[in-house]
Amino acid sequence: MIEERIEELKRKIDDMAKDIKSSKSLAELKTAFFGKQGEISELMKGMRDVPKEKRPEVGKIINALRDWANQRFDELEENVKKIELEELYKAQKIDVTMPGRKQPLGAYHPNTLVIRELVDIFSGMGFEVFEGPEIENDYYNFTALNTPKDHPARDMQDTFYITEDLLLRTQTSAGQIRVMEKKKPPIKILSPGKVYRSDDDATHSPMFGQMEGLVVDKGITLCDLKGMLDEFARKIFGSSVKTRLRPSYFPFTEPSVEVDVSCFECGGKGCRLCKGTGWIEVLGAGMVNRRVLEGCGIDPDEYTGFAFGMGIERIAMLKYGINNMKMLFEGDVRFLKQFKD
Amino acid sequence: MKAPLSWLKDYVDIDVTAQELSAKLFGCGFEVEELTEVGKDISGVVVGEVKECEPVEGTHLHVCKVDCGEHGVLQICCGADNVAAGIKAPVALIGATVYATAKDHVTIEGVVTIKKGKLRGIESYGMLCSGVEIGVSGDMFDGADYNGLLLLPSDWENGADVKPLLGLDDYIFDIGVTANRPDCQSILGMAREVAAVLGKPLKMPALTYDCVHSDNSVKVTDLAPDLCPRYIAHYVKDIKIAPSPLWMRKRLALCGLRSINNVVDITNFVLLEMGQPMHAFDLSTLSGREIVVRRARNGESITTLDDKTFELSRDNLVICDGDKPAALAGIMGGLNSEIENDTKELLFEAAKFARDSVRKTSRALGQHSDSSAMFEKGVNEYTTELAMNRALHLIEELGCGTITDVRCDVKTPYSHDGAKTITVSISKINALLGITVPTEVMCDILKKLDFGAEVDGDNMTLNVPPYREDIDGYPDIAEEIIRMYGYDHIHGTFMPTAAVTNGGFNDEQKAEYALKRTLTEQGLYEISTYSFYSEKDLDLLKIPADAPERKFIKIKNPIGEDLSVMRTTLAPSMLNTIVRNLRRGNMEGKLYEIAKVYIPKDLPLKDFPEEKKHICIGMFGNYDFFDLKGAVEAVADSLNCRFEYESAHISYLHPGVCAKITCGDKVLGYAGMLDPAISEELSLERKAFIAELDYEAVMSCAQPFRYKPLPKFPEVTRDLALVADADITCAQIEKAIRAACKYVTDVRLFDIYVGKQIGENKKSMAFTVTFTPADEAITPEKCDGYVKKILGNLSHNLNVVLR
Repeated sequence: MIEERIEELKRKIDDMAKDIKSSKSLAELKTAFFGKQGEISELMKGMRDVPKEKRPEVGKIINALRDWANQRFDELEENVKKIELEELYKAQKIDVTMPGRKQPLGAYHPNTLVIRELVDIFSGMGFEVFEGPEIENDYYNFTALNTPKDHPARDMQDTFYITEDLLLRTQTSAGQIRVMEKKKPPIKILSPGKVYRSDDDATHSPMFGQMEGLVVDKGITLCDLKGMLDEFARKIFGSSVKTRLRPSYFPFTEPSVEVDVSCFECGGKGCRLCKGTGWIEVLGAGMVNRRVLEGCGIDPDEYTGFAFGMGIERIAMLKYGINNMKMLFEGDVRFLKQFKD
Repeated sequence: MKAPLSWLKDYVDIDVTAQELSAKLFGCGFEVEELTEVGKDISGVVVGEVKECEPVEGTHLHVCKVDCGEHGVLQICCGADNVAAGIKAPVALIGATVYATAKDHVTIEGVVTIKKGKLRGIESYGMLCSGVEIGVSGDMFDGADYNGLLLLPSDWENGADVKPLLGLDDYIFDIGVTANRPDCQSILGMAREVAAVLGKPLKMPALTYDCVHSDNSVKVTDLAPDLCPRYIAHYVKDIKIAPSPLWMRKRLALCGLRSINNVVDITNFVLLEMGQPMHAFDLSTLSGREIVVRRARNGESITTLDDKTFELSRDNLVICDGDKPAALAGIMGGLNSEIENDTKELLFEAAKFARDSVRKTSRALGQHSDSSAMFEKGVNEYTTELAMNRALHLIEELGCGTITDVRCDVKTPYSHDGAKTITVSISKINALLGITVPTEVMCDILKKLDFGAEVDGDNMTLNVPPYREDIDGYPDIAEEIIRMYGYDHIHGTFMPTAAVTNGGFNDEQKAEYALKRTLTEQGLYEISTYSFYSEKDLDLLKIPADAPERKFIKIKNPIGEDLSVMRTTLAPSMLNTIVRNLRRGNMEGKLYEIAKVYIPKDLPLKDFPEEKKHICIGMFGNYDFFDLKGAVEAVADSLNCRFEYESAHISYLHPGVCAKITCGDKVLGYAGMLDPAISEELSLERKAFIAELDYEAVMSCAQPFRYKPLPKFPEVTRDLALVADADITCAQIEKAIRAACKYVTDVRLFDIYVGKQIGENKKSMAFTVTFTPADEAITPEKCDGYVKKILGNLSHNLNVVLR
């Protein structure tokens, strides 16, 4: 009897459904049932043997079976999907504590970072950047900076000479003159670059970076120098840092000052960084010497100016806590990779 | 410059502590770099009187009862041979610190703290001390050099601290003096500053002396007035060479000088006190009783006091007698005219020699002295005169000779005494400082500094002291005022009068930073290496003898051979950095440097050389050529241009892994793998890759950035697997593909294969070709047509076929 066969088929499907755990076995079951040689097709084929008057009824029964089976398969499919997703989750579970994969980052040299930061600070105050040659002549490096041949200040710096006249510049101040010869006031320039001195020990390097600043305009005063340095110190070392001027000597400035900043490590109480003094020496500065202005064809009675010069490595070492200047020139990757932008 | 506090006190009534004085000097421009108490290691040592002294049988020891005043009577064991009842000697109490000496009782081995001790079973409550043990020499206290107890005067109070009594509470200031103030390189010079800063009067040292007439004249001729603007000679007779008195020996000792005899000590004393080097000739040795100041003759020689002989030249200034050099001017006397114990008459010299001349001779001969150091700093003629008078006064005070009236004072046209009158504008001084210093304060400061100061309206007339040769104009006066007034009066202002200017990097500087950003984004670390290297670095890189890199600038006075040549290429510096990393165990890294090379126009260098920036990229570790090339390509991308690469030969690169980089007809540089032969020579454990590019050439390839509208029709890509002869390059194929069809916008190699299936001397290369449509869409049919044309071109020109 057809009904019996249908019942049997239903049982069979229910039976087999219990073992369906994957879409593959579900598909197989579906084919076994709905496929060309499948059970339903077989049933349909059997219609030929059904008397004509009974056919609509049987057809109905078979269609009901089909509907039942479709519904059943839908349920199964949903279930299988769930199972399969669970399995996927399980299979794809990872150890989230394993290391992440980063794009390898490069790094700028600390000097580059410092120069850029200084230029940022000073360009806001209207300073242009000028770079002069590293191989200079005696005139630009010394004579024009009020340091003639016989001057005692020449002994302050051990100079590398190439010829009698040509030398490796000992100070970026050499660039001052080149600017003042070409440009008339108002002048506000910043001149970063490499300078050279015949010094090689724990705290000196024969090559190092300097940043020179120069302002020439009407009515420029020592107070203006102080104001600008205060601003610089606050921006580079922190808003609570103060500056202190004390007398010094450079041939190309008069008066000349050494500039200390209050120790940003201890706040001025005294620590190892500031050697207990509460102050850290950061740069030399002063009011541009009249003779230097005159030499460049600038009337010192009309214009005054100030200049300052600082060591790039010194700033980098203070800012980043680098304890050995040599590290800056050795190119050790363990050192370099620490300096992110 | 070293100055003992006690010596400064001779000229200024100092009523502040050494520390307070140090702070005041710092404020006015003299940094005390070190402040050392003379007896810093000595404490707890008092005057003791030996009351009883009994020998300990069988030993050299004595057991003493020593009266230490308020510290009681102490039992002390003593081994010194001069211990006896009734003497007074320093006693180190229990807890005292003194110097420990070696077995010889003379060599100091450290500082020791005195503890209760037991010698041969006898308890000892302290130590009787020698001079050495408490840091007192015979030049500090008579008899202190004796290798036994230091015997103290009987009138010193028992129990009193010996430090003030022996001068051990004195301080030595080590003062940093700036190059503009050579006048402060002396005790008197510093005393002037101390007087000014404390507002006290300066007590000048005694300069007077009596002289007797002498007919024995002396002749001085100055034949080199440019090198010796002033020469003073004074004749002193009846010389009695003897030791100097204690006060003078002590002064010298505190400044680190050994006492020789009265005459030599006077010259040294005056040098320290006044800052004027002096010299004393034994007049009997000077032929013709004559001094001639002149340039040495070529081939002439001199043997100096320290028994060194120097060949001289025209560049050296010498002090001669009638026929031969008797001193190296300003540096050292000659052995032939040295003061001996039997010297009977002498000629004192106080002169001004040009600092540059002394410096050059001193450097050229490698002969340095305290005298030459002082002349190099600068001496003024006012002091030259002062010093001569001071020396003569000391001759008289020490009773070591009779001063005659024979003095030769040669003032040449180059001579000037430094005193001058200048008038400065008060308002200009204030304008420079940016504050208003009250006029009376200005006057007060300047008077303290001995400038006088007459005010007439805005004008101030000043008599500049003759020793202040550094004073040039009103800015110097402004500095004098502000350093004494105090820099804390300077308050920050923000250039209220200045014109507004536009700041920042210019376009070229910005472009360099952009390039650095590109390389940094590629994961490279920026390095900075020295601009000089050794010629050997070029040898290591096998740079040929006739290569342009060998045309380099040499430093005349390098620190060492290692740093003697201005670099003409960055590659050696990069290689050295790579080697250093590998030696330190850093097995991987990607580096770059943008720095200058120095190219002479001609050699020897006559003119400024060309300073050319180069870009150098270095990689070491688990990389290959294409990692290096990728970094170079990133540079091209950042400049919106394309570089071309072709196989090339560079002395230090692998001949098979080396490319010349070009753009149009510009050669930009080279990239490749370090020659394995060099790697082996350096025992490198990793492969190294180096590229070096001409910065300007690279930057000149930059194309302006312009937004390209997106194509209206989608791009079409086709993959082509091609078979080519082994020696056909990727670039040749790419070029041929591009040439065959104008719609090709990208050709990318994605696979390369060599194997039996392909055939001998053949390789298979697979490319993805991108076609970008222009006005109409590229249909598959059209695309097939393009591919056909491409394949036609490939097979016709390169014998490349579809696989």
